[in-house]
Amino acid sequence: MTFSPDLEARFENLAKRYPAGYLRAALVPMLLYAQDEVGAVTDEVVAEIARRLKITPLQVNEVVSYYSMLRREPAGRHHIQVCTNISCLLRGGRHLWEHAQTRLGVGHKQRSADGQFSLEEVECIGACSWAPAVQVNYDFHHDMNAEKFDALVEKLKGDGK
Amino acid sequence: MYNEPHPLEVRVLTRRFGLPNSRSIDTYLTHEGYQAIHKALTQMTPEQVIEEVKSSGLRGRGGAGFPAGLKWSFVPRDSPKPKYIVVNADESEPGTCKDRLLIENDPHQLIEGVLIAARAVDAHAGYIYVRGEYRYLIDILDRAIEEAYARGYLGDNILGTGYKFHLYTHTGAGAYECGEESALLESLEGKRGIPRIRPPFPAVVGAFKCPTVLNNVETYCAAPWILLKGGHAYADLGTPKNGGTRLFCLSGHVNQPGVYELPMGFPLRRMIEEVGGGVPNGKKVKAVIPGGSSCPLLTADQIDVPMDFDSLQKIGSMLGSGGVVVMDEDTCMVQVALRIMRFYAHESCGWCIPCREGTTWLRQLLLRFHSGGGVATDIDLIGDLAQNMLGKTFCPLGDAAAMPTISIVKKFRQEFEDHLNGKPCPYEGRL
Amino acid sequence: MPDLVKLTIDGHEVEAPAGTLVINAARQAGIEVPAFCYYDGLTLQAACRMCVVEVEKAPKLLTACTLPVAPGMVVRTETPQVAAARKGMLEFLLTNHPLDCPVCDKGGECELQDMVFRYGAGESRYLEEKIHEEEKQWSPVVYFDMPRCILCFRCVRICDEGMGVKALGVVNRGAHSEIAPNMGDHLECDECGMCIDICPVGALTSGAYRYQTRPWEMQYVGTTCTHCGDGCKTTLSVRNGKVIRGNNRDRSGINGEFLCIKGRYGFDFLHHADRLTTPLVRRNGELAPATWKDAISAVAFRLKDAHDKSERIGILGSTRTTNEENFYLQRFARERLGTHHIDHHRSGDVAALLEAVAGRPQALARTADVYTAGAVLVVGVDLSQQHPMLAFQARANVRHHNARVYVVNPEPTREEDRAVEVVRGRGVEGVAQIREKLAGEANLVVLFGDHVQGDDVRRLVEMLPATARYVALVDYANSRGALDLGLAPDLLPGYVPDPEPGMGRDEMLAAAGRGELEVLWVVGANPLEDGSEERAFPNTFLVVQELFLTETARQADVVFPAAASYEKTGSFTNTCGELQRLKKGPNTSGPKSDLEILGLIARQMGFELAPPLPEAVFEEIRRAVPGYQIDYAAFLTGGAAMTTPPTAPLAGRGRAATIRSSRDSLFQSGTLGRYCGALHAVREKDHVEVRV
Ligand SMILES: Cc1cc2nc3c(=O)[nH]c(=O)nc-3n(C[C@H](O)[C@H](O)[C@H](O)COP(=O)(O)O)c2cc1C
Ligand code: SF4
Ligand code: FES
Repeated sequence: MTFSPDLEARFENLAKRYPAGYLRAALVPMLLYAQDEVGAVTDEVVAEIARRLKITPLQVNEVVSYYSMLRREPAGRHHIQVCTNISCLLRGGRHLWEHAQTRLGVGHKQRSADGQFSLEEVECIGACSWAPAVQVNYDFHHDMNAEKFDALVEKLKGDGK
Repeated sequence: MYNEPHPLEVRVLTRRFGLPNSRSIDTYLTHEGYQAIHKALTQMTPEQVIEEVKSSGLRGRGGAGFPAGLKWSFVPRDSPKPKYIVVNADESEPGTCKDRLLIENDPHQLIEGVLIAARAVDAHAGYIYVRGEYRYLIDILDRAIEEAYARGYLGDNILGTGYKFHLYTHTGAGAYECGEESALLESLEGKRGIPRIRPPFPAVVGAFKCPTVLNNVETYCAAPWILLKGGHAYADLGTPKNGGTRLFCLSGHVNQPGVYELPMGFPLRRMIEEVGGGVPNGKKVKAVIPGGSSCPLLTADQIDVPMDFDSLQKIGSMLGSGGVVVMDEDTCMVQVALRIMRFYAHESCGWCIPCREGTTWLRQLLLRFHSGGGVATDIDLIGDLAQNMLGKTFCPLGDAAAMPTISIVKKFRQEFEDHLNGKPCPYEGRL
Repeated sequence: MPDLVKLTIDGHEVEAPAGTLVINAARQAGIEVPAFCYYDGLTLQAACRMCVVEVEKAPKLLTACTLPVAPGMVVRTETPQVAAARKGMLEFLLTNHPLDCPVCDKGGECELQDMVFRYGAGESRYLEEKIHEEEKQWSPVVYFDMPRCILCFRCVRICDEGMGVKALGVVNRGAHSEIAPNMGDHLECDECGMCIDICPVGALTSGAYRYQTRPWEMQYVGTTCTHCGDGCKTTLSVRNGKVIRGNNRDRSGINGEFLCIKGRYGFDFLHHADRLTTPLVRRNGELAPATWKDAISAVAFRLKDAHDKSERIGILGSTRTTNEENFYLQRFARERLGTHHIDHHRSGDVAALLEAVAGRPQALARTADVYTAGAVLVVGVDLSQQHPMLAFQARANVRHHNARVYVVNPEPTREEDRAVEVVRGRGVEGVAQIREKLAGEANLVVLFGDHVQGDDVRRLVEMLPATARYVALVDYANSRGALDLGLAPDLLPGYVPDPEPGMGRDEMLAAAGRGELEVLWVVGANPLEDGSEERAFPNTFLVVQELFLTETARQADVVFPAAASYEKTGSFTNTCGELQRLKKGPNTSGPKSDLEILGLIARQMGFELAPPLPEAVFEEIRRAVPGYQIDYAAFLTGGAAMTTPPTAPLAGRGRAATIRSSRDSLFQSGTLGRYCGALHAVREKDHVEVRV
């Protein structure tokens, strides 16, 4: 399996960071960066990374299935993550979460039919003082409410096809 | 900056926030940047660095509040092994959002803090472990690291002194448990975030089986100022044994939530009423989480407390990670307990029985209870199960799940009674 | 000797070497601290929290499984606080445990059941819904029932640390954590079943055993495995004349907890439908059932005739018959039939080794040395495949004592994963490449296969440090005993040169092919295994004692149905020269032991031989065979007694015997292996249930 030159460069750089004998230290970053590019940690990605780091696919799988950001199935083009943890909850996070589901017509960890959106209820994302918060892919959106959410969705829809 | 600063703030770590191009090395250099490491490398011995940090009364900002200088002094000086500096930027404790700002606005302050720790223990490599959700911070840090290399603040010959230090970023991928120091080290080594058996502690056997200093972002960020202005000056900002300032993350039911740098020991009531502008709509405070969701909750009549480690411990809670979550009179405490338990059940690593099974059972029980399916014996059972976890789990995550739960059942028992016997939640719809 | 530390456990003064864990210090003092995740010899987990104890001055309970003893430490293992904590743990564990004990294989020998009995927590306060998941078949022999699993991680560790296979892992997080096999939905592994036996509950069960019986309905017989030359102790569980399982859960014997697939599941051949049950005699060109009386007389008649005429009788013995049978057979041959044409299939050059270390009996290694030596050199053998128990010991040595492993083999082997030096070469030439490095190994054990034989053995020994100890590896359960007890044309029992050496195996087979032997008597061997020729020995009377109608038996004139080693009493000598006991498991109806068959023939021929009773023959061996004056007590109590074969120049040894290992994989065991359903199923990878 081959990755983009960018990612290959990243991998090469990663492999040099850790002391001798600790090649697999690069595993979690590699998985996340590979997922960013491929869209999911597919069987192919698992096998390829296992090969590169000289561990078994099972060892890779143990790690993939532990981390909640790593997924075996692709998410939508815009992966919308709504925090409902305590600080967000207190400022309307639950309503926002329910609104998001109705607005997009999908539930937790589901993807819209056109593959544009996927939705996930997430734990605290570190935006507690600007709650409720939403993350789209890696971008934060603070002080959200239903209207802002709808506007965001419209904007994302319009974003370069 | 995502919120307005407040006049009551004492801006030490955040003093460069808001400057134009605050992340760039040029801004940093024109505002005292890299002077402390210069001093540490050219005018101070490692022992003196540690002494200075000890005298500052700086305590770990990640949650446990362990004195930073003391921790650094545990690294064996005579070990032939390489030593590592690891930055805990996993910031996942609910209610906490400060490390993100420190990196986003002033990454070089962190790099310099790391260099100071390195100098103190003679380390030559370090890793900044950033939670996966903060992916954008990796780019910011990588850029800053690149700048620092280019200007000779990182590399094989720092500031011409011959001192060598290499710094790298490393990302997590979504796991609260990876903020626990030994689980973080496992994750850094490419494994599941399962904590390690301790002792040995990281200072002796840490990253890659080598002595390791592991601190929170904010802890490192305090080091440059301490070295420049002196440990005592830093100590004087706070209360005895609780030196300096701290970034408090005020959230929940206040008019001006935000991250504010305030002196240690700042009274909680003033924090809520003056800094936070009070509770919206003139409502009353019902409860406060003083330092992230792992802490026992405070009731409204406990908020006249100075916000420092010792004062909070005295009243049976903790200063924790600086996440102050305020709840008004309409908040359903059963729902709060449920939401907190959902978090811990989701984040339990699954290694030890009491945490894995305890959090899951309590989550199910609280869910049933909150949605009207509770029975009278449940209330004691909740407390009992949490008690059976407390102190018996492999790492403190189990305690972190048990402590708030125990405090909620104890302090807000009446609300549980009110939920009993199929009655709808008396606060339904308020949250 | 490390320093001794004094501490107090439950009021008893206890002394233990520094570094000892409290759980073991307590055990030595007779105090059992409960534990699920702790397993002696595997890495520490501190996951189950059952072993918590009170330690004076400690603010909270501590886990005895990770706590090293300290001077003056005061430990209490059973206080109300401790009991309450354990009860709490059990209550947590039981929330999702199905409590299907009445149908669970583990019922009656389940550690969770025992623990609940001890601490209570039987009544449930759990009102939520239990998870349910269907049982999964991971391989022909391994089944997994997820809800029963308590996540002690013993299986994962034994597979990785113990076996070096890494076929099991943990996936997901928190309450979703689950043991997973390496191939997603199934296992590809050694199928050793170690994970099953080490499982404290009924989460991992064996395809061979599941749902067959209850533990208390069986009799347990400790005996020695019938397959490879390592000689593992195995405990057969027998019910109604049927062996239901094999295991070594009490960790007795030289193998500790180890058994490979053959030891654990390779007993089903006993009950195979093709098993011979009556003698067969060739009439009108066809083999037909006959009475014992007729068959015995026919053989006795031909043997007597041949003896009187020419003494051109050839005898091929077995690598799986007992020492007693071998000894009896060679006496019969040499003393009564007057023939010296006797041999067996040789797979390693034991004789050359004894000669090469002449005068230094201490240069012969035993199993335990593979675990304790400072270094292990493996030459010309795929140890994990052919000698899985020795491979297990070597791995444990690396794990526990940082032993250095050196490997010389043309193909890659698992041993390389832990080796400090690997030579992809052959035999002595390969070893020569790392000679300097090995010169520094003061405490070296050398395990060599058939790549090193004849004069090469001497060259090997000369090349290595004088302190090195050796094992000449041989294939089957009593390959070593066959040679020790004189199933050789040039060696009498105990390596005493035969003054009148006879023909070896290859010569005999050739002679029989040419019709130059009157009688060829094959006891438990299958020389015509490749089965090419139709009538290999047209003019030779062929007698075969066998379990099955093998290629050789098919061509015989008379076939006697023989008992398997699990069905008889006696002894085996393993590849290291350790003598171990066989105890009779199930009774046979039909087949007779080879010893009994020999006795019947002798009597029919009117020969006066010692009574064909294992105990009596064993006494004679102890008296007469050099090297077999063993530690009787160790032997009788089911241990391994090291034999001390004479190490002296074996004058007169000169006949070139073919020495060739059959290189059986883990899933093969010579002809016998073909009748093991479990081995078949695994080889074929067809996921059918293995039934005995
Ligand atoms: C479950 C758990 C989660 C933790 N998460 C974090 C975290 O996200 N960030 C952090 O700095 N410390 C976290 N800690 C605390 C660390 O274990 C460690 O004490 C800290 O990073 C040490 O740095 P300090 O002394 O500077 O506070 C966590 C601890 C536990 C038990
Ligand atoms: S308390 Fe136990 S299960 Fe929970 S996170 Fe820690 S080790 Fe894992
Ligand atoms: S045996 Fe100590 S925690 Fe399991």
